[in-house]
Amino acid sequence: MSDKAPNGKKKMAVGWFSFTCCEDSTVLFTELLNENYDEWRKLVNFQHVKALKTDNKLEGLDVAFVEGAISAPSQEKELKEIRANAKYLVAIGSCASTGLPSASRNEFSEDDKTDRIRWYFETFDYGEKVKRLDEVVKVDDYVKGCPMNVDVFLGVLTKYLQKFGLVDKDVTS
Amino acid sequence: MWRLIAGKNQKPLDCHASLAVPWNNKMHSGNITIENITKVEGSAGLEVTVENGQVKDLKFKIQDYRRFYTDAVKGKPFISVPLFLSRICGTCSVAHLFASIKAIEKTQGIEVSEQTKILRRLAYDALMIRDHALHLYFFVLPDVLGIDSILDIPEDHDNPAHILLHDSFDIKKVGSKISEAIIGAVVHAPYPTPGGFIKLPDDSIFPELIEDLEKIRPQVIRGIKFFANWKEEFIRNSDYLALSSNERYAFLEGDVVNSSGRRVGEDNFYDFLRSVVIPYSQAEGYVFSDVHEDYFVGSLARLNFNKDKLNEFTKRDIAKYLDLFPSDNIHHNDLAQAIEILHCVDDAIDILKNLKIKDEKPIRKAPQKGRGVGVVEAPRGILYHMAETDEKGMIVDYDVIVPTSQNQINIENDLKKYFNENIGTKSREELKFDAEKIIRAYDPCMSCATNFLKMEWIDS
Repeated sequence: MSDKAPNGKKKMAVGWFSFTCCEDSTVLFTELLNENYDEWRKLVNFQHVKALKTDNKLEGLDVAFVEGAISAPSQEKELKEIRANAKYLVAIGSCASTGLPSASRNEFSEDDKTDRIRWYFETFDYGEKVKRLDEVVKVDDYVKGCPMNVDVFLGVLTKYLQKFGLVDKDVTS
Repeated sequence: MWRLIAGKNQKPLDCHASLAVPWNNKMHSGNITIENITKVEGSAGLEVTVENGQVKDLKFKIQDYRRFYTDAVKGKPFISVPLFLSRICGTCSVAHLFASIKAIEKTQGIEVSEQTKILRRLAYDALMIRDHALHLYFFVLPDVLGIDSILDIPEDHDNPAHILLHDSFDIKKVGSKISEAIIGAVVHAPYPTPGGFIKLPDDSIFPELIEDLEKIRPQVIRGIKFFANWKEEFIRNSDYLALSSNERYAFLEGDVVNSSGRRVGEDNFYDFLRSVVIPYSQAEGYVFSDVHEDYFVGSLARLNFNKDKLNEFTKRDIAKYLDLFPSDNIHHNDLAQAIEILHCVDDAIDILKNLKIKDEKPIRKAPQKGRGVGVVEAPRGILYHMAETDEKGMIVDYDVIVPTSQNQINIENDLKKYFNENIGTKSREELKFDAEKIIRAYDPCMSCATNFLKMEWIDS
């Protein structure tokens, strides 16, 4: 597979990442492939997409699409690595954009925290609170919705394809 | 059995360059750590400790951070709960929605109409069509082809793999289209509610949906033949657990049955099980409560118990592949899913040909105190929801048991057997790839089925 788009430019290197969430937007992303796979393959290098491949590469991403909220220090570290390796970062879906509903536990009172909940907090590296992405890193664009709004996602994708000179602004506007 | 090993201070060696070297008998002690099996709707890892050529310890670790949704719903009105809990899982969203609705309806003593039952069945057919196709073609197909990803399939329209991949797009598209028409969305569907549907589908679209289903039917059969021809085999004589109904191939109703012939109503499902705290995993495991043995849930269990209840057209057209069941080959879970797609296509055609929508509102009653259990078959196995409400209809207790948790111990025991039989004869790459294939065969939710294995080897 060539790394060049039909117009001779380098394909846009894309990553798709998931943190704490139900991955509903990943499901919609795989549904979008039904109609768009052949066209996107010509323009996009799916460089880091765990839903699709094992051989993933973080370095040199043009756009990172990130789904899910941040539950733990280890996830914060991973998100910062993604940010450091991507020119642009887009928050995908409600948990990434607003924290909710994954951040429901932020509202728990001390009484709500049962022994079972405390056991998980003590056994694994849960952060004190669940964070939305922009509490940890700079976010360039948001695709809100639970799951993500597909039309907004397609608009954001097109915006970046235009920015990297892969589609003509006049044609897609 | 379930203990943490002292691996905390061990430092991984940079041995990527030697991954293809056979793990021969001179080197048969140490640890194998597979990080980031990312996702069973999240992430998972595998850690194997080997001593003298045998597995001393093996941990399949579900690493997804919990969201405590069953605690978050406490104190909330029952009506709001099913759509909230559909957020437990994106790809199994409809399964959680319907299991929750069933449980809630029981707490409130609500009996739904026949039309509601049929529409739920149709929506469920759509879920299975889309979800199974995603797993089979996006995750398993590369295993069969011996490639990393569908992205590696050549862009050659005559290439059989290219044809199958594009079959999957067509199949998934039809499943999604039916979901949108019947329940309003592919995930987190807004129309179903306790008591019925807040919006009913427009039946003028039914002829178009029938045409779509009939069009993909040959493509579905092509998939069945393809997965039947995959000769991959791994057998450990698992026990099985599934819903079974005398009326039809059961996804949404029936009794819970196991391979020993034990049969109980769904209200007693929990009695079947004993939960096991696995200190290294963010999900509980489960064994049978009586014999304390592991078990398998999923399409293979369903087909092993219920193949005589498949749609008549399905049975007619794929009879020779049905002869392979009952089966103990874990990789036949993939074939079972392919067969279930065809059954759901045929069942959906039957429903759409015979259903005329009549206007009806969701059944509503004054809130009451109650306890209810809803058990359904999610695409990847049996799913349990239990709700308890107070006299105002507020949730006072809620519990969920998901298929991947139930399969967790079975996966570990399969992998132990696999590694014990193959360490010393297979290369590290082969061990890694085969372990991935076994885990993927369980269809442990969406992206968990791929991206396995950043594999690191640690000297003991």
